[in-house]
Amino acid sequence: MSTAIESKETRNYLNAGYDLKSWLLTLDHKRIGLLYLFSISFFFLLGGLFAVGIRLELLTPPGDLFQSETYNKLFTMHGIIMVFFFLIPSIPAVIGNFLIPIMIGARDLAFPRLNLLSWYVFMVGGTLAISAALMGGIDTGWTFYTPYSSTYSNSNVMVTAVGVFITGFSSILTGLNFLVSIHRMRAPGMTWFRLPLFIWAHYATSLIMVLGTPVVAVTILLVGVERMFRIGIFDPALGGDPVLFQHLFWFYSHPAVYIMILPALGVMSEIISTFTRREVFGYKFVAFSSVAIAVLGFLVWGHHMFVSSQSVYASLVFSIITYLVGVPSAIKVFNWLATIYKGSVSFGTPMIYAFGFIGLFTVGGLTGLFLAAMGLDVHVHDTYFVVAHFHYIMVGGAIMGYLGAIHFWWPKMFGRMYPEVPAKTAAWLVFVGFNFTFFPQFLLGYLGMPRRYHQYPEEFQIFNVMSSIGASVLALGYALPVFYLVWSLKKGEIAGANPWGGTGLEWKTPSPPPTENFEETPVVTEPAYSYHKEEFELVKS
Amino acid sequence: MSDTTHHVVPVRVYLLVFASLLVLTYLTVAISYVDLGVFNALVAMAIAVTKAMAVILWFMHVKYSTRLTKLCVGGGFLWLMFLFALTMMDYISRNWKF
Amino acid sequence: MSSHSAHATAGHPAALLHQFDTADQQKDASTLGMWLFLITEIMFFGGLFIAYIVYRNAYFDSFVAASHTLNIPLGTFNTTVLICSSLTMAMAVHSAQVGNRSRIVLFLVLTLILGAAFLGVKVIEYADKFEHHHVPGPSFQFTEGGNPKNAELFFSLYFGMTGLHALHMIIGAGILLVLIFNASKGWYTPEYYTPVEMFGLYWHFVDIVWIFLFPLLYLLGGHLPPGSGGH
Ligand SMILES: [Cu+2]
Repeated sequence: MSTAIESKETRNYLNAGYDLKSWLLTLDHKRIGLLYLFSISFFFLLGGLFAVGIRLELLTPPGDLFQSETYNKLFTMHGIIMVFFFLIPSIPAVIGNFLIPIMIGARDLAFPRLNLLSWYVFMVGGTLAISAALMGGIDTGWTFYTPYSSTYSNSNVMVTAVGVFITGFSSILTGLNFLVSIHRMRAPGMTWFRLPLFIWAHYATSLIMVLGTPVVAVTILLVGVERMFRIGIFDPALGGDPVLFQHLFWFYSHPAVYIMILPALGVMSEIISTFTRREVFGYKFVAFSSVAIAVLGFLVWGHHMFVSSQSVYASLVFSIITYLVGVPSAIKVFNWLATIYKGSVSFGTPMIYAFGFIGLFTVGGLTGLFLAAMGLDVHVHDTYFVVAHFHYIMVGGAIMGYLGAIHFWWPKMFGRMYPEVPAKTAAWLVFVGFNFTFFPQFLLGYLGMPRRYHQYPEEFQIFNVMSSIGASVLALGYALPVFYLVWSLKKGEIAGANPWGGTGLEWKTPSPPPTENFEETPVVTEPAYSYHKEEFELVKS
Repeated sequence: MSDTTHHVVPVRVYLLVFASLLVLTYLTVAISYVDLGVFNALVAMAIAVTKAMAVILWFMHVKYSTRLTKLCVGGGFLWLMFLFALTMMDYISRNWKF
Repeated sequence: MSSHSAHATAGHPAALLHQFDTADQQKDASTLGMWLFLITEIMFFGGLFIAYIVYRNAYFDSFVAASHTLNIPLGTFNTTVLICSSLTMAMAVHSAQVGNRSRIVLFLVLTLILGAAFLGVKVIEYADKFEHHHVPGPSFQFTEGGNPKNAELFFSLYFGMTGLHALHMIIGAGILLVLIFNASKGWYTPEYYTPVEMFGLYWHFVDIVWIFLFPLLYLLGGHLPPGSGGH
């Protein structure tokens, strides 16, 4: 069997052309996915370097390494690069781009040119953000709160804002392309309830990209206009209301959290079902919970504004709806646990990430409920408790999901297996390092250490040192895959079409797939995750 | 799943929609010269929504389109209402210059 | 399958792109894509509309005074122009559906002329604002009633919203030029007129935005006595 696959490897999307033009002008969704992979890996490194600066400064209580202005720029650029240029495009633009057409049995996305355009748009936005950093950085915090950003800050707000504005359109185009493709490009027999849950998750994600991103785009535009022409849309000195900025900003930026986490939730369903050899328990509940999270996610933004002079009555409503988001999130976690229960579990690297994800996502989600409580939020607002909470979701959730996905589909993308031992080591380093970095921050926050300061009282040092040590371990865990994954490109074991014994369409085409994805258009006759009993028994014995 | 049953709308219908759009425009201008208090805004918005609906249903063919297209249009405006309603929920219940 | 990889994009634009199986599928995808794009436009303008709603309620008197300085007859004229252009656009799509090629060109040209007329009137109105120092910024002056600071906010929103609307018209005019060129070469037939139809959706959307902008911006102060605001 493996020889048959090897001979087919003579023609695939990777060897379809070697010159630069065949990459930079490609319309193949798989190649565009790889273009994103390289670009966002670079942004991840950049955002990580800013984090190194933050953790070094916080090793000691006095502000001795950086001046406060420099420190402000470090955490701002860490946030902007990580959120807009790494987390939001991460799983959708890399893994989603690569897999969505294959999983639904299509030859490509509905609009391949638009897909390539969105990568170029992303790169233009990213270049502007980097040039802003080179010109001296920006110090507003990733949230661009007015009137500081629109009137008082002397840093490079304009260039960064334009960069984020432009990148937003890349996200819109990607979401639009995914939605149309999932609606119109499914293979014969691929009904809505036969779609892999990864697709449902990306459908929900794309809805948020299309419906939310334009609002933040126009908001940033207004900030830019206000800064340039000195008019007062958000400036209280000129009659504007800065809280309106917060409404508009969080209308997108709360759902944006789900742009980061929903694709990871989809990845988890794929990994867990494959590594337990079972159908995902309660398929329809998990599918609809993705859509429910996307919809409810638009109705809760005011929980960021409990102490921003938002009316208490509005806060009350936002608080209650925020609790409701816990329901679909919990449905997912419980259904995964029910899938694992009595499943035939094997502990490959992706599954280690999946277990880590379930734990960290649960902690992140539950602490989110703390923050949704209006009373408690007053105590922990703008403290390290908040920082720890959203890093549990964004790093513990989204990045664990991203790494899990990279390992899970690496054999599909490049036709080679990664080496299992270093991969498992890295997964454990990430899990341990992550918890060492961010768990102490819950304690710090609860004890009252505010975020965004470069110095702190001495009694907080022990937790900050733990956090910085944990961050070094985490960095090691992130660096390791770069080496063994690159190594595996040439030296890894040949993967074959279906190394994990998965049931999705992506496993029914050679690895790496041919440019047209399938030799002939597949016809789907079964629901997703049809792991048969015989096979189940076979694997068990 | 096809939008491609090209429904050809008769020219007569287009002209009718066009005429009503013009009539409604002049009506809304005329009413604006009368002081109706808060009702000025309500009437103006009611007329604007009616005009928009006419454009969407006939000029943009949504009346003859698939359920998916209708869902798209409805969804878009629903989300706009989310933005308006939840933002205004704050402003009308807080003491800010009102 | 390998014949697919040699792209079928060359030649006539109506050719089926390689990722699609049928022409119907291709057209359905374009339609859905266009509607989703229009939704993003709704949300984009939505941010400006909510800002308008909030400040109109907060500074009602100043907004009325500022609105009173806008030229209602010109605004009404422009609304009429835009509604006419929507009709000609709808007729262009209609002509494509029934296969009358020369009338496609005719109606697209009419649409372009009407769009240009709208923009021309807008230029006159903007020039008037510059003359009266009603443009937000350091030279802004407002003596026609209300709080000048808040009237400035009205004009900020006025220029923001009508400016963004005008930008959409300008982009639309550019696309119209391309469509007219292609239509004159006889590209659009009853079997393939997707670009005309999709552009029609865009143009009507821009019309709808104006349908809301006109009463919100121009008609706030109509009932005030004519002398109370200075033209
Ligand atoms: Cu939130």
